[in-house]
Amino acid sequence: MISFVLKRFLQLIPVFIGATLLVYFLVFATPGDPIAALSGGKPMSPAVEDALRAQYNLDKPFWVQYGLYLKNLFTFDLGMSFSGQEVKDLLARAFPVTARLAVIAMAIEAVFGIIFGVIAGMRKGKIFDSTVLVLSLLVIAVPTFVLGFVLQVVVGVQLGWAKPTVSGQATWGELILPGLVLGLVSFAYVLRLTRTSVIENKTADYVRTATAKGLSRPRVITVHILRNSLIPVVTYLGADLGALMGGAIVTEGIFNVPGIGNLLFKAIRFGETPTVVAIVGVLVIIFVVANLVVDMLYALLDPRIRYA
Amino acid sequence: MPENLTPNPEAGAPRGKREGKVSNYKIEHFVAPISETPLQGVDAVKETGKPLSMWAEAWRSLRKRPLFIISSILIVAIIVVAALPNLFTSVDPTHCVLENSNGPAVSGHPMGYNFQGCDIYSRAIYGTRASLMVGVFTTILTVLLGTTIGALAGYYGGWLDAVLARLGDVFFALPLILGAIIMMQLPVFRDNKSPWTVIVTLAVFGWPQIARIARGAVIEVRNADFVTASRALGLSRFKALLRHVVPNSLAPIIVVSTVNLGVYIVAEATLSFIGVGLPPDIMSWGNDIASAQTQLRSNPMVLMWPALFLSVTVLSFIMLGDAVRDALDPKARKGA
Repeated sequence: MISFVLKRFLQLIPVFIGATLLVYFLVFATPGDPIAALSGGKPMSPAVEDALRAQYNLDKPFWVQYGLYLKNLFTFDLGMSFSGQEVKDLLARAFPVTARLAVIAMAIEAVFGIIFGVIAGMRKGKIFDSTVLVLSLLVIAVPTFVLGFVLQVVVGVQLGWAKPTVSGQATWGELILPGLVLGLVSFAYVLRLTRTSVIENKTADYVRTATAKGLSRPRVITVHILRNSLIPVVTYLGADLGALMGGAIVTEGIFNVPGIGNLLFKAIRFGETPTVVAIVGVLVIIFVVANLVVDMLYALLDPRIRYA
Repeated sequence: MPENLTPNPEAGAPRGKREGKVSNYKIEHFVAPISETPLQGVDAVKETGKPLSMWAEAWRSLRKRPLFIISSILIVAIIVVAALPNLFTSVDPTHCVLENSNGPAVSGHPMGYNFQGCDIYSRAIYGTRASLMVGVFTTILTVLLGTTIGALAGYYGGWLDAVLARLGDVFFALPLILGAIIMMQLPVFRDNKSPWTVIVTLAVFGWPQIARIARGAVIEVRNADFVTASRALGLSRFKALLRHVVPNSLAPIIVVSTVNLGVYIVAEATLSFIGVGLPPDIMSWGNDIASAQTQLRSNPMVLMWPALFLSVTVLSFIMLGDAVRDALDPKARKGA
């Protein structure tokens, strides 16, 4: 197990370097001079400009810039944004908000997706199953931002059940509606995955054995069928964490959530290389770690899987 | 041969030393002469002609499915709309009269007008082409790129597999929308905004998914007997990959790609909505939805109509993908 984790961690390194390099290059190649933008387009004294360029390493070639960035990264120095704020501080402020948002979205898609999926799978072909399947198709087909706008207007403005936009604090309560929007599409996928998996497993021999032993139906469903059906679902959830962070850009924009997505979008627009690369780096780490956790969960769910 | 089945001396030639012992048995008890067998007609196996291929068999089960029929009718309709929008509306979508701003539906303009006073129905009809184009060509590009890379990685294995898998991981680790936003900022892309820049961008971040599926499918197929046989017959390793391994690995790729076509249409709309997708002068559902958001509270239908077109299109492709998967998967077919 430990050697497996270690091996996966070693595989994480090239992925991390590749992804940050890719993003660093893309942002590096983007035109627009952030230093000129700092002075609001007015001419700056050459001495000040040179000093600023040197401060942000903008006077150096690409490889040197990237190398310096990596070196700083390992000393937990994420650099300064061009507006003079520590990227670390920016991240520290925005990250908890997005984390709360992601937790709500994940909870919605995992809990409701699995429950609905199991019920639908156990009653394949019945009314509940067909209704849920059609609804899940609709949810997948409607773009998140349309869904977001509709829910914002209907639930937030017309019914007044929730605040249509989020305040600076972004409390748990305020984030329920954006979290719902963020998690809804994945909820449909989780539901469909669980359903297919349950249908496949419910006729398995071990289920018949469990029933023949006289176990109660809830126990057969939760312990025998569900546990064996969860592997594809857990795989999806792990990969989805990265997509959630990306999808947060749209959702946070609609509901004005002061999170990572908002920060990232602004940073890309203004060519803030350090901020963009820092955020992407964090997202890539989260993504790879989530997949590592998923791999380890396999062994927990299915004792036949062992890591030598 | 088991003892009790040896022919009796009267019926056939004498067999060895033990012939006396089995003389009581009459073979007729067990096997009737073929001319007397009543089962002949039923048991006959067609020996001439080829057996149905996997694809022909899938097609046979596919064309009977209501899901497939509905979705393909819808998709054909969408393709016709995209190809010949002027058949469906005679209103010029670029002819906008501010006097009609946010106007209600009137005769000849069934969906009313948007904020700029343009006909919503006409714009939605003309917007089909850009959206569909992005979906179709992104899917084709990802399939070409993903299948090539995935098949090479899975077939040859070793260091090539390791390198290609890590390369895929790098792109896979960046969420589609996030990667696309960054890439669309590149000067080459930002200055030449067109459906093609969106297609290339989405394909760059979309191929690893197909590559993973292709790799898995190729690994499953590469050691199959028919591949070994083709190699034994003298086919080179690469030709065996092209002629036998790849065609037999395509089923899961086709299923995922059909669903993806819809996903890419949504992605284009999302990028246009954020403002980094298609240029504003190209009519697309994403652009129309984006420009409608400011009017959402006063005239929500401006947003709902293009969203409806978009959703129906995406739904059609998802349903088609579902139907194709059920048809190609013998396990699912048995249960259905």
